[in-house]
Amino acid sequence: MQLTLWTYEGPPHIGAMRVATAMHGLHYVLHAPQGDTYADLLFTMIERRDARPPVTYTTFRAQDLGRDTAELFKTSVAAAYARFQPQAMIVGASCTAELIQDDPGGLAKALDLPIPVIPLELPAYQKKENWGASETFYRLVRALAGPASPRSPDESRQRPLCNILGPTALGFRHRDDLIEIRRLLDTLGIAVNVVAPLGASPADLGRLKDADFNVVLYPETARSAAEYLKKSFGQPFTKEVPLGVGATNRFVAEVATLTGIDPAPVLDGPGSRLPWYSRSVDSTYLTGKRVFVFGDATHAIGIARMAARELGFTVVGLGTYGREFAREVRAEAAEHGIEALITDDYLDVEAAIRAAAPELVLGTQMERHVAKRLGIPCAVISAPIHVQDFPARYAPQMGFEGANVLFDTLVHPLMMGLEEHLLGMFREDPEFHDGVGPSHLGGTPFEAPPVAAPASPTPAVAPILLEEAVTITDAPWAPEAERELKKIPFFVRGKARSNTEKFARERRLPLITLETLYDAKAHYGR
Amino acid sequence: MAACGGIDLHQEHGQRAVFCGLTGIVWLHRKIQDAFFLVVGSRTCAHLIQSAAGVMIFAEPRFATAIIDERDLAGIADANEELDRVVTRLIERRPDIKLLFLVGSCPSEVIKLDLSRAAQRLSGRLAPVRVLNYSGSGIETTFTQGEDACLAALVPELPRAPAEEAPSLLIVGALADVVEDQFLRILSAMGIADVRFLPARRAGAMPAVGRNTRYLLAQPFLADTARALDERGARRLAAPFPLGAEGTTGWLRAAAEAFGIDDATFAAATAAGRARAETALAPHRDKLGGKRVFFFPDSQLEVPLARFLARELGVALVEVGTPYLHRAHLAAEIEMLPAGTRVTEGQSLDDQMDRCRAERPDLTICGLGLANPLEAEGLSTKWSIELLFTPVQGYEQAGDLAELFARPLRRRALLEV
Repeated sequence: MQLTLWTYEGPPHIGAMRVATAMHGLHYVLHAPQGDTYADLLFTMIERRDARPPVTYTTFRAQDLGRDTAELFKTSVAAAYARFQPQAMIVGASCTAELIQDDPGGLAKALDLPIPVIPLELPAYQKKENWGASETFYRLVRALAGPASPRSPDESRQRPLCNILGPTALGFRHRDDLIEIRRLLDTLGIAVNVVAPLGASPADLGRLKDADFNVVLYPETARSAAEYLKKSFGQPFTKEVPLGVGATNRFVAEVATLTGIDPAPVLDGPGSRLPWYSRSVDSTYLTGKRVFVFGDATHAIGIARMAARELGFTVVGLGTYGREFAREVRAEAAEHGIEALITDDYLDVEAAIRAAAPELVLGTQMERHVAKRLGIPCAVISAPIHVQDFPARYAPQMGFEGANVLFDTLVHPLMMGLEEHLLGMFREDPEFHDGVGPSHLGGTPFEAPPVAAPASPTPAVAPILLEEAVTITDAPWAPEAERELKKIPFFVRGKARSNTEKFARERRLPLITLETLYDAKAHYGR
Repeated sequence: MAACGGIDLHQEHGQRAVFCGLTGIVWLHRKIQDAFFLVVGSRTCAHLIQSAAGVMIFAEPRFATAIIDERDLAGIADANEELDRVVTRLIERRPDIKLLFLVGSCPSEVIKLDLSRAAQRLSGRLAPVRVLNYSGSGIETTFTQGEDACLAALVPELPRAPAEEAPSLLIVGALADVVEDQFLRILSAMGIADVRFLPARRAGAMPAVGRNTRYLLAQPFLADTARALDERGARRLAAPFPLGAEGTTGWLRAAAEAFGIDDATFAAATAAGRARAETALAPHRDKLGGKRVFFFPDSQLEVPLARFLARELGVALVEVGTPYLHRAHLAAEIEMLPAGTRVTEGQSLDDQMDRCRAERPDLTICGLGLANPLEAEGLSTKWSIELLFTPVQGYEQAGDLAELFARPLRRRALLEV
């Protein structure tokens, strides 16, 4: 048993739902108890979908267990087929139905429906959401892509033809990444055959084999299927994920090599604004900013690389909750001279963030809250995400526009460079002393307005003590050291104070003097 | 089809789009401030609570899931030892916890993990922390029934009121603190001094119960809790539920009658509240009057809400879906529903959606999995969960309650795009 408060991923059948909901003409019958329909609201609320996911649940209850849940399952499959008339169906069990051991595949087969019915084995007590999505997509491709055959290049074709694999429902910025990548491929003169699962029908999966190669946007969902297509139809697939300018250029070069076309139309094109923005002098202060990156493996790797090479940050922490891609994340972490954090326990992530003391956290919704608690700037770069990260505006992560979006996303939480500089230079000035809040908040010290008693109780939360009380008393500060501390810009003063106190504590110094302050600064200076 | 009072009652079987009882944790943990709710279940259970609790999950709330893994299922790990280990760690981490609920789920029920024995065992080991158990599994409970199961588990633990004690009034069902305080003031003005609440705000302050306890249900979904209270000798006061001015008056009147309060005192204690509720309701009557409303099943609050909408706001009821209809507890409500109202107990989701589409009601009350899809089909919706999280009972909230239904219609009229 594992004590869990926050889960980065849902159970594997949620992954299957992400694939089914992304497609059309496909219906999923899920053997599941009453209550499991909660998953619908992830799609209708977080992603704001305008239709119910194409999922029928058997919603069995205790009284059904004494009877025949297998019969209930068969009835549900037959009714779903009759009502929705899908081109194909997937059937499977959620965690509870896995325990009662009805055989969804066998039961559905006994109905002898005139469409392909694909059984899913999703071990709910071992695997999680992303694995479930990957496995479902792989099973669908295996069942529907047709018999393996060597691919003979179609000489009559004017333009190379590719599939784009990986985007799903509930994917972080999948909608806009797809638009961006389609645009890149179009500029290169490459036509898109099938995009899957997002927007594809089961019949479309039967046309996958017509393409010359596959673009894998999200290895978490699409790598298994791409490997299958490579083995069965000899289609190569792309390994580079176009997150950031460098990766986008490498992606374009990789595609050019695969197809033998000229990458110049893209590589010599307008590209991204990121390189100039990053070189402009206002960005100098970004140099060496300590950044902690955590998320799914694809985004964590791509964005850590980009943060280091394209923004000049120092990556002080890198990790993922997706164990399937731990090896890749470890390799990337080694590039940054650090050890990867592979965990799905947010408390481990919080501890690692505390230990790394970053100036910027890039992570999921959860890291956003951890960072908020620790008072560190933060941006969201990976699922799981809440409703605000399914924006109405165009907001890709991939390609050149994605790099523009990422530049803004990563820089905005930090204090504006000029502002930081002015605060440091004129810290004793009446207009820039520490009592003055940042100018973008109006320049007046922020004080919470007196809150009128709300008519309805808002969810107040009892304060929870996370840390044990510190019992060691710190050495007192000598007055001149205290005065010197006040000269340090307020946004780093807290850090300077705690570092100095820690330094003094470790050396059991009786008093913190001016010397101690600067000894500590030298000791911790990066 | 069956007659039940004057209503047109249907029962339906099929796919149900409802929450399981685990969801009750989301509001119960806030009500009992030193209790912790530990679900023993699967990743699905953890994911459900995370999805239902939304942003609250980040506030270190007092609930969590002990996720059963394959080692527990294969018998490699002794599930009981594992549970003891997890609970011990939890209590070490949260020394402020006085009451721990082990909450059963579908997986734990199906593998027949005996949580009641585990609760006994752990109660002994972790004293003075009290450990109780109940099931919030989807196979046994629907949404608000999770609160019923939780409160029913508390009842045998309640202190015994002395036999010679003067009659006391127990209000059963989690209410917002502000609503509790309003009811306390009104009841006190009537002269009913000894008023207790189940659940109490703290584990150590749970109300005593005995033969002289009279109880009023504040919520319509408390069948098992009521049965457990009856077994302790307490007596239920039949009443409508305190939704809307009329429901609140009927509910308070049941208490007044049981405690022999005269009409003048009752009228004096309730007059101001009734007048304010009337003022607050009047503007909504113009907007909601004559509108056709359709309820999908969700919380068992549907019948009292429909009664309020029909009688106090002039709404026309198309269909009132409820996951379960407790005939006895809802007798007064059923009596007040307009004759011929179609009430559907249970659900066959797709069939019900077909009926809703065919009727094209002005307002559909439904869960969040259905709301946006129905909006996209041009139907106005009010998502039902809000009715559980928002204080809606009593005179002072009657206007707020009407506003919850009026807002979607007002918004639709407002938008030009």
